[in-house]
Amino acid sequence: MPDLIRVGMADYKVGKSPATLISYGLGSCIGISLYDPQTKIGGLLHIMLPDSTQARASDNPAKFADTGLPLMLDDVVKAGASRSRLVAKIAGGAQMFAFSNATDVMRVGARNAEAVKKMLKSFNIRIIGEDTGGTYGRTVSIDLVTGAYKVKTIDRGEKEI
Amino acid sequence: MLDEFDLSVNQLDALREIGNVGAGNSATALSQIINKRIDMNVPKVALVPLDAVPDLVGGPDTIVVGVFLRVYGKAPGNILFLLPQKSAFYLVDTLMGKSHGDTQQLDFMDESALMEIGNILAGAYLNAFFTFTQISMLPSIPALAMDMAGAILNVVLVQLGQMGDQALVIETEFLSDDDGINGHFFLVPDPGSLRTIITAVGVE
Repeated sequence: MPDLIRVGMADYKVGKSPATLISYGLGSCIGISLYDPQTKIGGLLHIMLPDSTQARASDNPAKFADTGLPLMLDDVVKAGASRSRLVAKIAGGAQMFAFSNATDVMRVGARNAEAVKKMLKSFNIRIIGEDTGGTYGRTVSIDLVTGAYKVKTIDRGEKEI
Repeated sequence: MLDEFDLSVNQLDALREIGNVGAGNSATALSQIINKRIDMNVPKVALVPLDAVPDLVGGPDTIVVGVFLRVYGKAPGNILFLLPQKSAFYLVDTLMGKSHGDTQQLDFMDESALMEIGNILAGAYLNAFFTFTQISMLPSIPALAMDMAGAILNVVLVQLGQMGDQALVIETEFLSDDDGINGHFFLVPDPGSLRTIITAVGVE
């Protein structure tokens, strides 16, 4: 595949067509894509946690939904995307181990999904594709030529949102 | 809180020794159950950037079976026993008295057997840990998942991610003498637990 750009955990990348941005092995993490269909510029952010309020000063902002999203949004716009044309797709937020007495930490996937949706709403960015929850891992990628967001799983095949 | 990024060579050595004794105990237990010799390497004790932890087991999209246990007590943390899918199937074959290659997916009984293995290994590990540190700890009931390594490690890393960008990982690799089983045992102390452990072993 040409121009495959890997996005690590707690990281984000911005690119343009014909690049594909990909992030491997998301569990409770969420992969958020922003895409401008006209300029074909977009970004993919891989967050681990919903909010940075308990974080230390040295923390990497891309780890959290509330600090990572504004950061990527800025960079996507700087790269030439139109703020008002941006659309979002999100996937991830699973609970990998089912414990009967699931603590808050165990339910972090659901809390991540909630926080991401709230953040996107506050920025007035429409979510046009979503695949969150479940108990399985996902590898996600966005093809910046078409805006297709692919979600690959082990037992449930691959789908496009 | 003790700054984890500031451990002395002696302190890292002490942690490595704890890992060694704990994993030695676990390896013996596993060896007795499956009646095969199990070798282990010298435990790695390292501060690893969160992003790099999945690479320890072959990359974030490698299919692995993970048995996860939460550790309760004075120095809480997580235990994760990871097996590449092939190793897990081989271990199930051995445990269930099947021919090697029989297991192609995990049914309820297979999962239960692997969780029990995780339970026994964790118990053996924590026993040795207690002998060394006098810190008594108990494992939760085990949980199992077969999925991408990155997704499974997420569970452990998320808690650490709350505190910092690096994980202190005490990791041991198990290898059976016929090469069929190759497992990774992780003890990941919660950020606050490190001081308790270091104080208990009395290494400045």
